[in-house]
Amino acid sequence: MRVRVGYSNKVLPYILVAPQVIITLVFFIWPASQALYQSVQRQDPFGLRTRFVGLDNFAAILEDPGYLNSLYVTAIFSISVAALALGLALLLAVSADRVIRGATAYKTLLIWPYAVAPAVAGVLWMFLFNPTIGSVAFALKALGYDWNHLLDGNQAMLLVVLAATWKQISYNFIFFLAGLQAIPKSLIEAAAIDGAGRNRRFWTIILPLLSPTAFFLLVVNVVYAFFDTFGIIHSVTSGGPARATEILVYKVYYDAFEALDLGGSAAQSVILMAIVISLTVVQFRYVERRVHY
Amino acid sequence: MLSRRNLLAATAAVALSASAATAQQPVEIQFWHAMGGALNEWVDELAKGYNDSQTKYKVVAVNKGNYTEVMTGAIAAYRANRAPHIIQVFEVGTATMMAAKGAVKPVYEVMEQAGIGWDPKVYLPAVAGYYTTTDGRMLSMPLNSSSPIFYYNKDAFKKAGLDPAVAPKTWVEVRDAAKKLQASGMPCGLSTAWPSWVLIENFGAMHNLPMGTLENGFGGLGTEFQFNSPAHVTHMERIAEMQKAKEFDYGGRRGDSQVKFTNAECGMYIQSSAGLSSILKTAKFDVGFGMMPYWPDLTKGPNGGPQNSILGGATLWVLGGKSADEYKGVAGFFAHISKPEVQAASHQRTGYLPITMAAYELTQKQGFYEKNPGFEIANKQMTLNPPTPNSKGIRFGNLVQIRDIIEEEMEAVFAGKKQAKAALDSAVQRGNALLRQFERDNK
Repeated sequence: MRVRVGYSNKVLPYILVAPQVIITLVFFIWPASQALYQSVQRQDPFGLRTRFVGLDNFAAILEDPGYLNSLYVTAIFSISVAALALGLALLLAVSADRVIRGATAYKTLLIWPYAVAPAVAGVLWMFLFNPTIGSVAFALKALGYDWNHLLDGNQAMLLVVLAATWKQISYNFIFFLAGLQAIPKSLIEAAAIDGAGRNRRFWTIILPLLSPTAFFLLVVNVVYAFFDTFGIIHSVTSGGPARATEILVYKVYYDAFEALDLGGSAAQSVILMAIVISLTVVQFRYVERRVHY
Repeated sequence: MLSRRNLLAATAAVALSASAATAQQPVEIQFWHAMGGALNEWVDELAKGYNDSQTKYKVVAVNKGNYTEVMTGAIAAYRANRAPHIIQVFEVGTATMMAAKGAVKPVYEVMEQAGIGWDPKVYLPAVAGYYTTTDGRMLSMPLNSSSPIFYYNKDAFKKAGLDPAVAPKTWVEVRDAAKKLQASGMPCGLSTAWPSWVLIENFGAMHNLPMGTLENGFGGLGTEFQFNSPAHVTHMERIAEMQKAKEFDYGGRRGDSQVKFTNAECGMYIQSSAGLSSILKTAKFDVGFGMMPYWPDLTKGPNGGPQNSILGGATLWVLGGKSADEYKGVAGFFAHISKPEVQAASHQRTGYLPITMAAYELTQKQGFYEKNPGFEIANKQMTLNPPTPNSKGIRFGNLVQIRDIIEEEMEAVFAGKKQAKAALDSAVQRGNALLRQFERDNK
């Protein structure tokens, strides 16, 4: 006898999923469709004159060396931030996992930066490295290193990568630490008895068992580097010097709100949306295969 | 004078009728501005002064962030039918506002329709001309205008064996002074705020060289950039050369570089006259003033000297779609801030240019400039010679982005990544693309 599992009431299931559907509609589908609609027209800032231009905005963007530069900058920035934030957080989590005395204080301190708003984190780092009044810049100059991220694009990039990484390490740290603590001690002890050293235990037992956490964090970190770092870029470099730190999301903001080019900016956000969707698809299809749950 | 008395009579009449209407609520005039800190207090007092002078209207001044934020905020509000009456727009937004016909109500219209005996001739031509159509109609009300001037550290000059009483007049003298300052132990000679405004826009005006065709854009939307001329390239090459030796040291966009001067890292500085009060407040040394330097071999000004400088700052634009009564309140507020005594007090307090001739003369009469010599430089420099088509101002669409492009190309030059000519050529080419886009969007 087959048991049909379901609701006898035909309306109830729709009511139950409605909040989720409404949230998706209001916060994703509607703005995304507005962006699509805007991206095929040109409009003056006040919305007095609107022209349909087809794919002109997209053509203009793809010809714009500034946009191609921004793609390149985003790739460097995102890869650096994700790699550094994941690597350092893992290192810290593994170390924290071994600490016996004062572990709580140590962990609390490591988690703190996560509570700092991106813009505030940015301002903090900006003051530390300000070429004229920053204490770190002063120390660097005393050591004979000419620090001026207002003029040197590589230094500016290094600075925003540092700030963005610093901010994200805490988040990754919590997840890695939780992941580590979920690994049964007996497994590690068994390996130790079999003669596996500390390094070997890490690579063959701990890391594979951590892979679901690591994969989840990879997705989160890439999204973070693409979008949430806006506040840091805005407060530290404003995308400069000479666009050396103008990541895609900053360019979208700049073109819409400073340059008042709504069509061009909408077209960029459509492309950005496509990039992030395809990155996530790639991650789930190819990277996830190597994850052991 | 007569018009002022009329105005007083009118406000008195208005006040009477209002009190007769038994405690009628005043009509609120929303005014969005971008003045922070000490300047915020100044704007608040302007509004209060007007509100106290009559009871029918109440100007509500609100700080909405920086210039771009005020403009985008107002645009968003306009699109949502919640626009304020008055917004403060920086000079680079002028072309955008002018093109927004229908969304904007020109100031001359507001003032004429209010019937309060408005005379556009009282405004300083050097200031009002920037915001006036070619047929003489004033589109926005100047609130805070300034021009870049030259500051120097008198104490450092003394130490370097330079005459602290005399400001260098030419770039050659500036470079010479920079070398001497460095020899006396200063890390850098000179820095500048607002790189594009000072080193390209005002460089062109001071040397009587066009920045673009069609009278720097005043003549129409078909304008094209020309700031990659041999003179511009030579100028930029020389500054780049100075950067290598730190005789000139780039310190970022906007006013970011000001600490370099006030911390005595650089002995000379070019910054807006509006920076006067904050520089005087933060500098722990004696500050000297002068006009912006010029290159004697590049200038096309009269008698081989400098031409005149151009302004920056912001004006008040009136947005469309409000009632006639509300516009009367706006007109009253504008008349109030244009009064000689109000205007002179504003000028002396902030370092912004006086916008009317009467305010300028009043300040002179009060002997203010003898005690505060820095406050007159900007005015003198702007009125040095009758303006030519190259020096009356600039009017380009998409100027916000174009300025960023110019500054970004300059940053590449100062970082030693690009040659001056290549950078200026690229800035012109990219700038022209934005001019064409603006032309297409505003046909």
